[in-house]
Amino acid sequence: METEFITGAEALMRSLEHHGVTTIFGYPGGSIMPTFDALYDHTDRLNHILVRHEQAAAHAAEGYARVSGKTGVCLVTSGPGATNTITGIADAMIDSTPIVVIAGQVGTSFLGSDAFQEVDLVGITQPISKWSYQIRRAEDVPLAVAKAFYIAGSGRPGPVVLDFTKNAQVSKFQYKPVSVDFIRSYVPVPETEPNSVAEAARLINAAKHPFALVGQGVELGNAHQELKDFLEKADIPCGTTMLGLSAIESSHRLNKGMLGMHGNLGPNVKTNECDVLIAIGMRFDDRVTGNTETYAKQAKIIHLDIAPSEINKNINVDVAVLGNCKDTLRQLAGMVYPARHTEWIESFKKYEDEEYYKVISKEISPGEGPLKMGEVARAVSEANGNKAVLVTDVGQNQLLSARYFKYSQKRSIITSGGLGTMGFGLPAAMGATYGAPERTVCAFMGDGGLQMSIQEFGTIMEHRIPVKMILLNNNYLGNVRQWQAMFFNRRYSFTPMMNPDYMKIAEGYGIESCLVETRKDLPEAINRMLNAKGPFLLEVRVIDEGKVLPMTPPGGTVSEMLLDC
Amino acid sequence: MENRLYTILVYTENTAGLLSQVSAVFTRRQINIESISASYSSIKGVHKYTITTYTDEKSVVKVVKQIEKKVDVLQAHYFTDDEIFYHEIALFKISTPELEDNPNISKVIRSHGGSIVEVNSVYSVVKKGGLSEEITSLYNELQETGCIFQFVRSGRIAITKSNVERVNEFILEREQKHRKHSGCKE
Ligand SMILES: Cc1ncc(C[n+]2csc(CCOP(=O)(O)OP(=O)(O)O)c2C)c(N)n1
Ligand SMILES: [Mg+2]
Repeated sequence: METEFITGAEALMRSLEHHGVTTIFGYPGGSIMPTFDALYDHTDRLNHILVRHEQAAAHAAEGYARVSGKTGVCLVTSGPGATNTITGIADAMIDSTPIVVIAGQVGTSFLGSDAFQEVDLVGITQPISKWSYQIRRAEDVPLAVAKAFYIAGSGRPGPVVLDFTKNAQVSKFQYKPVSVDFIRSYVPVPETEPNSVAEAARLINAAKHPFALVGQGVELGNAHQELKDFLEKADIPCGTTMLGLSAIESSHRLNKGMLGMHGNLGPNVKTNECDVLIAIGMRFDDRVTGNTETYAKQAKIIHLDIAPSEINKNINVDVAVLGNCKDTLRQLAGMVYPARHTEWIESFKKYEDEEYYKVISKEISPGEGPLKMGEVARAVSEANGNKAVLVTDVGQNQLLSARYFKYSQKRSIITSGGLGTMGFGLPAAMGATYGAPERTVCAFMGDGGLQMSIQEFGTIMEHRIPVKMILLNNNYLGNVRQWQAMFFNRRYSFTPMMNPDYMKIAEGYGIESCLVETRKDLPEAINRMLNAKGPFLLEVRVIDEGKVLPMTPPGGTVSEMLLDC
Repeated sequence: MENRLYTILVYTENTAGLLSQVSAVFTRRQINIESISASYSSIKGVHKYTITTYTDEKSVVKVVKQIEKKVDVLQAHYFTDDEIFYHEIALFKISTPELEDNPNISKVIRSHGGSIVEVNSVYSVVKKGGLSEEITSLYNELQETGCIFQFVRSGRIAITKSNVERVNEFILEREQKHRKHSGCKE
């Protein structure tokens, strides 16, 4: 076939299609206009969703990627359009989410002249992206896009930024599609040292009280079955990180719950009791470890990870097993002996009971008094047969919905873990509906976080995006208020917050909605929400000064959780 | 853990903006770069940075891993002084009248193995290559005489003592594996 002369903008469209892109979240502007003009002729294959703020485009791309495993794409203009995506890029970096952000840039002849809407995007994004590249010539488009998708999606995924100069968009060249599966300086999956697997197996086989920490790496490596094969064969209980909550079903006999600051009591206590700790695709974040000086000191630690830079970064380990955990777990499962650790596994029960009695029952079945966030989350989860995708914003709404949701399918929790980005929830949930159109997507948000992305009601209205929005309204920046109560002598400095009439706002956008103020109205309202065809806003007035419990105070010892405060 | 001087050798693709990416790894972790020098290497298209930093081994290991994490970085390694050949160079611009009046100055220059590479009526230029301490010592002694107009020293440059060329091998291995793996391209 004759290769034809096309513009860089048109080449971008064809390159995106070549890489299997079907959905783009974006917002136009001056220096990306040639590309939006090319997009105009591709709308039959490229579904462009016009968001209402570029930060939402980046978060939507993240939500799309997190639920589907595919790379999310967003397309924005230079200057403010590009800088508005920064929070999303940083969020994707720290949570290992594959997105490609394509931003317009002034023409190369204007670079460095402080031209209208010029920012040094590559300079700004280098520290917060996996790769950041400026396309200066149209003929560089196919290779740049190919590298972008390869880098974003391979190894430990992450965000890639393409800074697309205007002249590269408009000039013409002979287009040929390009794919990349090799960059010599980039080793996406490090080689697994066979000795390391053998050594890990030896430690596990000798262990009496082994305990596994399951992270998002299992989801990213699609290693769900391998994880279960390994845990079941060696009979090892596990805890999951917040991002790893759906890496193994909540109901699995060996799943002992969530790790970390607001995780479950059992897994946190047992972290400091086990004799061998096996970390799988997790990075020992400080929200998981608490004080590292007192963290699992009694245990031999094995760390399975794809990123060499994570080994010994926060916690020194005895054995590092590098590689994709889909492979390393399979190898490990082949080498461990079948075992039974019945007594050890049963020893979690005491802590489960204690937590249930002192914390959980009060949160999910308080019986009287104001509604609690936990009971709303549990009710929504169960009304979906525990099959929905949970997307959260940040704050008490996040921690409590993550804790009380139940997970039965993979890729069912989408939350901003590393960056803790308020405003993430709503756009990420929009993106998730495109990434998994067959699934029910429930976005739990606080009154603070919703208002950081409330403009996206416009996008939701326009496309009838079927997001089930649950607003847990406590009239506070609740999470900060809780810390003020605990550590700042209840001095509520700028955490009480006046709220608008959300029903009226929803009405203005033509979004069906319902307000629940009493417990008895909740089930019916949830049903209405789930039966609604399109988007739905369910506002629940919850306890104003609720607490997320249990809690390991910041810098505290992981096993010493407060059950009350 | 004890602080000491480490030399980090970084090999990168020749892409724009890498220097700031590499240096950002240090600043983010509050580790100072003592010196940095960049040039092309013996491998086509590959740039080499020699960086020295005063820190402990735990930190230098982390820094090297974080540098290697960058997509365009081929390899990064750290060394102690006994594992490398290294060199620095310094230039001194000194007063010619002082040089002529004070016989001590040329004695100091000679005893330090410095060489005079330019003389005119106003100033002379002294060149001195060697180890860090030697240059410092020459600087201190010349400074005492008050003859220095300008002084500049380069960062350290270093090559490894090892018989194995790790970067060449890495590239070779990477390319062989790729060829075996893919067979075809584009
Ligand atoms: C962008 C951003 N700004 C500030 C914070 C700090 N922060 C963390 S939780 C929180 C309160 C959130 O309030 P709300 O959304 O109402 O949720 P709640 O905790 O009440 O459920 C704040 C301000 C943050 N995480 N992100
Ligand atoms: Mg709130």
